[in-house]
Amino acid sequence: MEIILTTTIVITVIGIIVGAGLVFMGKKFHVDVDEREAAVRECLPGNNCGACGYAGCDAAAAAIVAEEAPVTVCPVGGAAVATKIGGIMGANAEPVERKVAFVKCRGTCAVTKNQGAYTGIRDCRAAVLSGMNLAECDYGCIGLGSCAAVCPQNAITVTDGVAKVNEARCVGCGLCVKACPKNLIELVPESKFVRVECSNRDKGPFVKKVCTAGCIGCGICAKQCGSDAITVENNLAHVRYENCILCGKCVEKCPAKVILPRKAEEPETKSA
Amino acid sequence: MKDTFRGGVHPRERKSLSREMPLRVYNAVGEMVFPLAQHIGKPAKAIVKKGDTVTVGQCIAEADGFVSANVICSCSGKVKAVEKRRTISGAMQECVVVENDGLYTGTSDYSVRDNPDALSVEEIIARVKAAGIIGLGGAGFPTHVKLMPKTPLGVKYLIANGAECEPYITCNDQLMRAYSDEIIEGMEIVLKVFPNAEGVVAIESNKPEAIAAMEKAVQGHDRIRVMALRTKYPQGGERSLIKAIAGIDYPVTKLPADVGCIVDNVGTLYAIRQAVLYREPLFRHPLTVTGEAIANPCNFIVRDGTSFAELIQAAGGFKDGKEAVKILSGGPMMGVSVSSIDVPVTKTTNAITALTEDAVERAERQMTACLHCGRCTTVCPSGLMPQMMAEAAEIRDYDRYEKKLYGLDCVACGSCTYICPAKRPLTQTFKQIKAEIMARKRAAAAGGNK
Repeated sequence: MEIILTTTIVITVIGIIVGAGLVFMGKKFHVDVDEREAAVRECLPGNNCGACGYAGCDAAAAAIVAEEAPVTVCPVGGAAVATKIGGIMGANAEPVERKVAFVKCRGTCAVTKNQGAYTGIRDCRAAVLSGMNLAECDYGCIGLGSCAAVCPQNAITVTDGVAKVNEARCVGCGLCVKACPKNLIELVPESKFVRVECSNRDKGPFVKKVCTAGCIGCGICAKQCGSDAITVENNLAHVRYENCILCGKCVEKCPAKVILPRKAEEPETKSA
Repeated sequence: MKDTFRGGVHPRERKSLSREMPLRVYNAVGEMVFPLAQHIGKPAKAIVKKGDTVTVGQCIAEADGFVSANVICSCSGKVKAVEKRRTISGAMQECVVVENDGLYTGTSDYSVRDNPDALSVEEIIARVKAAGIIGLGGAGFPTHVKLMPKTPLGVKYLIANGAECEPYITCNDQLMRAYSDEIIEGMEIVLKVFPNAEGVVAIESNKPEAIAAMEKAVQGHDRIRVMALRTKYPQGGERSLIKAIAGIDYPVTKLPADVGCIVDNVGTLYAIRQAVLYREPLFRHPLTVTGEAIANPCNFIVRDGTSFAELIQAAGGFKDGKEAVKILSGGPMMGVSVSSIDVPVTKTTNAITALTEDAVERAERQMTACLHCGRCTTVCPSGLMPQMMAEAAEIRDYDRYEKKLYGLDCVACGSCTYICPAKRPLTQTFKQIKAEIMARKRAAAAGGNK
């Protein structure tokens, strides 16, 4: 009987001491957890692609709550996610248009020649380092599909030597932009379908020599444009998407036919 | 001291194709193209413009910054253009194009000899710099920078690199046979800059004639000796030589001068002699045109700016009129393949190798998964573990590659790829990931400066 009593008393006393210690420690080392962080994290897509520039969705949520990042930081979620996060944060989310990746080259086998046969690792970056240019054009798509390899959505396919983005599948994460050693890929607002499909910054005659589908930098498009939405720099036309009203005048007049109105939507291909 | 380094491979030499062919001067006839970036460091700045008349030995582009080198015109004629042309690296680079008049008029015939004893160290370095001399071994490091280390007194070894371990190439062999006294003179000049150094002429044992010639030439020069090294690739690599001669291993972050060694190719030493004694700038150098696809493989002294196509013609063209399957600038181990033969020879081009078979393509067909046999580890001259580096590279684990596996110490000699029974493209993988790591570092540095 005595043993039971002693044990009970000892255990109780230890319990009280430890309990008091825990309460004290809890108060002393208290960290404020922002409930909004969990809520914001819930809204984010959760594929941890890193396109926002943070290590993953958790890090992005923390940055949003700490007001280091805007509520529109997630390019994948787009407007829908931004509105939701805006609701949580109490900030008004400006509607952001969904951006899609766009390959600024149409140098297919039909319009440009191959310069030499490349053998080695099937990766654009390795090919560029080896010094072999697959195509005659120094600026164009290499076509070994480094962009397609990094795409988490299988939205990029290389057909006929040029990478092409399936805009319906693209989430605008921008991983392909970073992967392209030729800097050919750009994120553009989805609705602005008037785009220059070339990246060659050489003068007209040089472009003509290597590719029949290249921008020759003639500047006719810039002259045609009524809303100052197209500029020619370094012999290459570029659309200022925020000014473009999609009138299509430049498309009509382009002698090289390099400004193309994209078809409204490409049909969704079967998932790979 | 050993006569070699750790690891290494024995590729078939194929030097017999051209090794008995004496150096012969080839004067180009067509237009000459001079890329502004022939060296490591900042490209030179063109100082001539379209329509200017230029002569042999005239400086047409000036060094821009400390680590940079002058570009010297090797012919006389009119500047046709300063424009982008395709170069060996495959990229379009800014070049000076000169229409060669074939007369080779120059301001001097470089026959007046200056007394080397009357020249100060500063004067020697200034003449080397004015001559636009860069390392002719392949990397193209400006030589005047090499001659100005932080502690010239701490340099213990001046190594004349005549190893020529790369298969096929024989032009330095011939240079050592024909110009042994001149190379030793060049070494004596450099030894004036480094008073505590000992000169070592390093030659692989597969060149007995060159060793004999150099042995004869060093007689009476008590600061210089000839050392026959074991024939093994990559014996001629800077690190391999220092390991074999001085017994020193050093990390990639250090330069040879930091460990008391200066390594210069024998061709560079010959150029130094010409520049310092005769004020002749570097506009011609030895070059081998060889390979199974060449009709008459031979060794030339060529002028910079000559096109590959012209030199292949001068070597009898392609054998049986059949175009080569693969044409390399340099040898098969470290050379780069060129996509067109309308590219100019630069100062660092030491060979044109035309092959009848593309081994890379064959390797690609036969490639299997890694067998984990570890042969790559046994041959790596830098003591790395290529097999694990390749694994880290595949999953893009940059930190592991750099900090755990010391992957940046890779010298891209190609020994691991050569020995790999699974035919994995190891060296190319490492080159790529090294470039990516460097790009990341540059980006991080740029971000830090903001």
